[in-house]
Amino acid sequence: MNIFKKTIFTVLVSLLLIGNVYADKVKVGTEGAYPPWNSKDASGNLVGFEVELANWLCIYAGHDCTIVEQDWDGMIPALLMRKFDLIMAGMSITAERQKTITFSQGYADEVAQLAVMKGSSLEGMDTPSGINLSLGGSDVKSALKTLTGALAGKTVCVQTATIHQNFLDSGDVGSVKVRTYKTQDEVNLDLAAGRCDAALAAAVAFTDYAEKSGKSVVLVGPTFSGGAFGNGVGIGIRQASDSAIGKRDAQLLKDFNAAIDTARKQGKISELAIKWFGFDASM
Amino acid sequence: MDFDLMITSFPKLLSATVITLKLLSASLFFGLFIGLLFAILRLNKNPIINKFAYGYSYVFRGTPLLVQIFIIYFGLGQIEYFRSTFLWVVFKEPYWCAIIAFALNTGAYTSEILRSAFQTIKPGFIEAGKSLGISNKIIFYKIQIPIAIKQSLPAYGNEIILMLKGTSLASTVTLLDLTGVAKYIISTTFKPIEVFIVAGSIYLFLTFLVHNLIKFLEKKYSY
Repeated sequence: MNIFKKTIFTVLVSLLLIGNVYADKVKVGTEGAYPPWNSKDASGNLVGFEVELANWLCIYAGHDCTIVEQDWDGMIPALLMRKFDLIMAGMSITAERQKTITFSQGYADEVAQLAVMKGSSLEGMDTPSGINLSLGGSDVKSALKTLTGALAGKTVCVQTATIHQNFLDSGDVGSVKVRTYKTQDEVNLDLAAGRCDAALAAAVAFTDYAEKSGKSVVLVGPTFSGGAFGNGVGIGIRQASDSAIGKRDAQLLKDFNAAIDTARKQGKISELAIKWFGFDASM
Repeated sequence: MDFDLMITSFPKLLSATVITLKLLSASLFFGLFIGLLFAILRLNKNPIINKFAYGYSYVFRGTPLLVQIFIIYFGLGQIEYFRSTFLWVVFKEPYWCAIIAFALNTGAYTSEILRSAFQTIKPGFIEAGKSLGISNKIIFYKIQIPIAIKQSLPAYGNEIILMLKGTSLASTVTLLDLTGVAKYIISTTFKPIEVFIVAGSIYLFLTFLVHNLIKFLEKKYSY
């Protein structure tokens, strides 16, 4: 073996070793732009319900974790490209996403609701306080009918690639004009600017914005769950396969499902939910 | 590689290309007028007019197009007084905000292209016209402008291509142009590579068309 070959061999071996060292560290991807679920503080550190919960789950699961940032619209592709191992970004467990990735058990409930600016004609809609699309029934039907009538010809703004976009695209509330934005911040800005007649997102995202900006954003209509809104928020993870990484992913899923059990039993999820949301959204 | 997705997304992307071309042609149309106006202002001897035109091109060439479109779309929308003016009718629509931003941006570049083209016209051409007793107006329209167009064609062709790619930023203000629809498809399929390859190929083909059109015009106007 000449020197050239030796050098290449050494470099390759060391790269493989480095790769393994990194592989042992679990990377958690989050958006950092969806307060109070996950966001950044003034100095750019990631904070929020899921950032704290991720740290606790990693402790319970006995894994060494780092939390990395990823734009929402590239979240699932980035997971598939192995830029990180887990998604904790307020991502609801839906059948649509389960075609591509898998989820842990749910750890929190995301309650979706429409928001408008104070004084909007959409205020005071006569609907039940909450509807579950999976259950169906006359209540849900009449609520959807009321919404369809109220939203006809209106522009409703949502963040792209969300359950909220899926719901509006599903046609359950007729053919509203849907505008999609890269981040929830931009949705909030355009709602306040009057470009959107209404916006749809997690109710806490609007209350958080109203509180911080002082804008008179009000929630209207029912809270949504089930159907396109999925079944709670869980940890997104790659589907298991026979490869070494696939086996590791399967192990991670097992570890973190157990960690969620522990966190729930110890009341950690409730504690963090009350701290960040003001109410117990744990599940 | 999901070839089925590439095939099924192609017609959707193709219909979105219409929006891209509309944005491009509208911004080039307005941009050419802005560019011509500011090129003439740049050549004005009055230092105030001259500096004003220079300032415009300096600001719009010196800041990223993305920043300009964000200021025009999200920035102006935050000013409550601005929303109460009649201008809001136009600025409320993302489509017009995008065209305004693109036209102002390409206008700045076009003004520089045209200015340098005017300045490269040899004084002899104008003097020849004058010695024949042709009026200044006719000299401008019949001698200076045709030569300037010819001179600026290669650089302007470049600008069209840059602007074509620049229109992809319209997707950041909710418009469903070629890039916007590509992102939309990705948001439900989670397969960026396939969709962006198709979208990229369409951009490449459009660039190819522009490139050849400019080459054809250059030949036509060569002397």
